[in-house]
Amino acid sequence: MSEHVLETERSGGLRGISDVLWRNPRLVIFLLLAPPALWLGIVYLGSLFALLAQSFYSIDEFSGLIQYEFTLKTYGELFTPANFDIIVRTVVMSASVTIAAAIIAFPIAYFAARYAKGKWKALFYIGVMLPLWSSYLVKVYSWKLILAKEGILNWLFETLHLSWLLNAYLSIPVIGGNSLSVSATGTFLVFLYVWLPFMVLPIQASLERVPPSMLEASGDLGASPQQTFRHVLLPLALPGVIAGSIFTFSLTLGDYIIPQIVGTSRRFIGQAVYAYQGTAGNIPLAAAFAVVPIVIMAFYLWVAKRKGAFDAL
Amino acid sequence: MNTAAVRFKGVSRHYGSVRAVDEVDLSIAEGEFFAMLGPSGSGKTTCLRLIAGFDQPTAGEITIFGEDTRGVPPYKRHVNTVFQDYALFPHMNVLDNVAYGLMIAGMPKAERHKRAEGALELVALPGFGGRKPSELSGGQRQRVALARALINEPRVLLLDEPLGALDLKLREQMQQELKDLQRKLGITFIFVTHDQGEALSMADRVAVFNDGKIVQIGKPEDVYYRPEVPFVADFVGSSNVLPPHVVEKIAGKWTHASVRPEAVSLVDAGLGVDGLHATVHSTAFLGTATRVSLDLDGFSMVALLPKGTRIPETGEQVHVKWSPEDLHLMDTA
Repeated sequence: MSEHVLETERSGGLRGISDVLWRNPRLVIFLLLAPPALWLGIVYLGSLFALLAQSFYSIDEFSGLIQYEFTLKTYGELFTPANFDIIVRTVVMSASVTIAAAIIAFPIAYFAARYAKGKWKALFYIGVMLPLWSSYLVKVYSWKLILAKEGILNWLFETLHLSWLLNAYLSIPVIGGNSLSVSATGTFLVFLYVWLPFMVLPIQASLERVPPSMLEASGDLGASPQQTFRHVLLPLALPGVIAGSIFTFSLTLGDYIIPQIVGTSRRFIGQAVYAYQGTAGNIPLAAAFAVVPIVIMAFYLWVAKRKGAFDAL
Repeated sequence: MNTAAVRFKGVSRHYGSVRAVDEVDLSIAEGEFFAMLGPSGSGKTTCLRLIAGFDQPTAGEITIFGEDTRGVPPYKRHVNTVFQDYALFPHMNVLDNVAYGLMIAGMPKAERHKRAEGALELVALPGFGGRKPSELSGGQRQRVALARALINEPRVLLLDEPLGALDLKLREQMQQELKDLQRKLGITFIFVTHDQGEALSMADRVAVFNDGKIVQIGKPEDVYYRPEVPFVADFVGSSNVLPPHVVEKIAGKWTHASVRPEAVSLVDAGLGVDGLHATVHSTAFLGTATRVSLDLDGFSMVALLPKGTRIPETGEQVHVKWSPEDLHLMDTA
């Protein structure tokens, strides 16, 4: 047995470093946070500000050159009918995808949080995450095949002698088209499929934190299951729903690949940004378009906070 | 009134092969303070959940004031529960928590808030309505849970280990308050606990649970002084259940016997007084008394010696004695 209770002599090497860090917890926090803070600060915020700055420049209509002078003219261009259409279309699509995703995700998340145990829980996670393992492009093209006129969905409707139903649906203006794969409905379905995991997981995490006794207490005090859902379960799950909707909403707002592969020729914000910064060389307008989702998300979060969506956090 | 507030007829609740509640018969009178006492996993909480409607019996019948509860969901039963973890809604303030039952029933806001204020006064928390549950101490949360459960004016109040999370001093205070409250309101309280002191001091009657069955039911004094089975003697009174060979020697035809620790006295082995031979295993000072653990040929026994008696040393040889009237005999298989 050692003579001393305390090892007072300084040790060198890694143990010495450990000793120094143990005595300076602030240094540990600094060392842990400095790299990500630099990354976020310079790379992320820096590029965001560069973008913001670009959006206040304008393009000379004759020469096609960027004029480096402060102006709100480019933002004004967003409100021309053609451009404003793109914004409205994208926001409506993002909102529909988000609402549909929340409605579909909630029961799945509820099952996983309340009932799934052990093997079933693992199966749930695999089921939700599996689509994320394969390439996004491959998934989108497979959906194009499913939705195409020669695709399995059309075949299914034919076999069930329900082609008239599908055709009636496709003849509806705006959401219809020649086939599902070239309709806004097709774009919606693919968006919904691709972003669904991002809605399921946060809702599941928030439901997991609701103790079963909370729901029992509500029922015990006379609330029917619908009332319990409205007054207890939904408010407590709301932070998760909001977190999920931030993903689905902002991902749909910014995506430019899905509407290009599946859907109509009408453009979304992402496609507009892609076109303006690329072939058109109009970086200021591309930047102004890119600022739109940021403003919408900031507004959305502000409203959610004011409505008390984060009270249960 | 001869309709029982709650009656169990051959009630069982099995989970697969586990018999959480096994053929329980029980009748609780209106206005009674009834305690369900037992170790964890003995089925007492399951019984409470069956009354509340959170769980359904596998077999048997439960009636509340004579009405069959089969297929009746919790929200249609006029019983309310105080949960072990209080289950206060974190997104509502105290007043809205207490008024929840009234809000569900459709009472206008001003009126239900007034009633909730009254309920908070009843549990000695006036003016706390504006706070969030997270801003309250454990004892205060427990009172809010109580007020919330009482606001619907239930005829039966179920309490699931409501004092389990409180410290000793607060527990004793709440025990008294709960008892006073029950007297004042005159409603039936069904109280689940694993703490024998709590059950004995508060309840009019106690049901002792073990392995999903009720092993004894009766007044606190009966359960304490006249245990019918060794389990009750051991669990309720921490009595010394005597080894069979000792019982055979002192009371031939009985199979089990117990003696309370405070009835045991120790005599110096050298004095030549007749008694059972034992070795002192350890001693623990408890304030008003000293607990002495003894070893009787491999069988352990506890004596509680009052202040002023000589406390033997660890390892000392002693003789164990008690008066014949303190020996409690049980005849059970």
